[in-house]
Amino acid sequence: MDMLELEKNLEETVYRRMLTAGVELSDDVHDALKMAFEREESANSGSIVLENILKNLAIAKEKRLPMCQDTGMVLGFVDIGEELTVSLGVIKGAIERGIERAYEDGSFRKSVVAEPVFDRDNTKTNLPAVIYFESVPGDTISVHLLMKGFGSENCSGLEMLNPTKGPSGVEDAVVSIMGKAGGKPCPPVVVGVGIGGTSDRAAILSKRALTRKVGTYHQDPRYAGLERSIFDRIQGLGVGAGGLGGIITTLGVMIESEATHIAGMPVAVSINCWADRKAEMVFDKKGALQ
Amino acid sequence: MRYDLNLPLNRDMIKDLVVGDEVYLNGKLLVGRDQVHLRLTTELERDGKMPVSLIGETIFYMGPAPAPQGFVIGSCGPTTSARMDPFAPTLMREGLIAMIGKGPRSESVRNSLIDHGCVYFTAFGGCGALYAQCVRSVRVIAYEDLGPEALYEMVVEDFPVIVAMDAFGASIYDR
Repeated sequence: MDMLELEKNLEETVYRRMLTAGVELSDDVHDALKMAFEREESANSGSIVLENILKNLAIAKEKRLPMCQDTGMVLGFVDIGEELTVSLGVIKGAIERGIERAYEDGSFRKSVVAEPVFDRDNTKTNLPAVIYFESVPGDTISVHLLMKGFGSENCSGLEMLNPTKGPSGVEDAVVSIMGKAGGKPCPPVVVGVGIGGTSDRAAILSKRALTRKVGTYHQDPRYAGLERSIFDRIQGLGVGAGGLGGIITTLGVMIESEATHIAGMPVAVSINCWADRKAEMVFDKKGALQ
Repeated sequence: MRYDLNLPLNRDMIKDLVVGDEVYLNGKLLVGRDQVHLRLTTELERDGKMPVSLIGETIFYMGPAPAPQGFVIGSCGPTTSARMDPFAPTLMREGLIAMIGKGPRSESVRNSLIDHGCVYFTAFGGCGALYAQCVRSVRVIAYEDLGPEALYEMVVEDFPVIVAMDAFGASIYDR
């Protein structure tokens, strides 16, 4: 692995993609919002919210203003091909420099405090980011980034279900968390569900689910069916855009699942607001952007 | 129903507002969020007064992104109102007439809206670029050390909100 080459390309790509992500939604999310506005009944107040969200996106793009003032805390998933020998410190440093520059140059709000309970002093760089490294098959490095707003983050939930609860237990747990969230996470929301592992691992999987494109399904058809039925039940809550009532409360539900213990079935839910800002990039073994 | 209202509001202007009405606000409002609420109520309890009079004021729960060159303000949409619920009844008792944020409020806020004849508007969550277009000027009036969380005064034009809870106890979130 040419670490010098990777370091340079990674920092620059993170910088450029973050600058764009704060201002413009990716096509999957933007299209889902347009479709939501078309489908929502005009008598519902949620329809006015969707109309203004689309207006807001057009202004943000034209004026190059962040679409939302909460430009989030950055979450990163770095998947490293097991055939590569790399320095995690170099990768982390390059990602962090890219983030810091983007937040400065993009007029993004720096929303990270150094310590959570007492002083809560702003770090003024929007760092640190939360970065997870994983080893995966292959010889490439892929990076997924989320700009995670906290209105939606504060509505996250975890249920440690009995192992015998089955798919309906999962559905009930997710729908209950979404019902409690109501209008708070800025619906229409994208819902990430992590099932399995330990409590902490389920939470990470729920974030990993949010890195997928809206409209994609789990490769196991049983889980894809679960995604669809949870999606329908969340729409049925009637929360609507902005929580003002309507038939569109979610843009998509994505599940990630993993092995777990015989005695348990952890289910974690992470919610992204309609400003579902994400970026992805892949580098080859020479450190070049693919 | 659509209304165009000039700030500051008075009880006569808001007496007909009901849940779901679209309102466009024009004029001066206050801007403050979590830490401003904590400081205002702490000072009131300690000193018996606050650094700014709230009589007839409207407060917008917001902390802006920095203003790019050539802009009055950066992205500036509403933040979640529920976090201000523990403090809002005190501010309404001190004369606050309207609040702008996003999302549902507590029962104690609902009761204070009725008791004091106040109104709670919801702004469009996340629409920071849209609201930046409605701001004509902004200045810090207290707690400058809080940066984006300081207490600001802002002049707005055609600032779109929806009546989410009215002075009669109705809420758009009751379903």
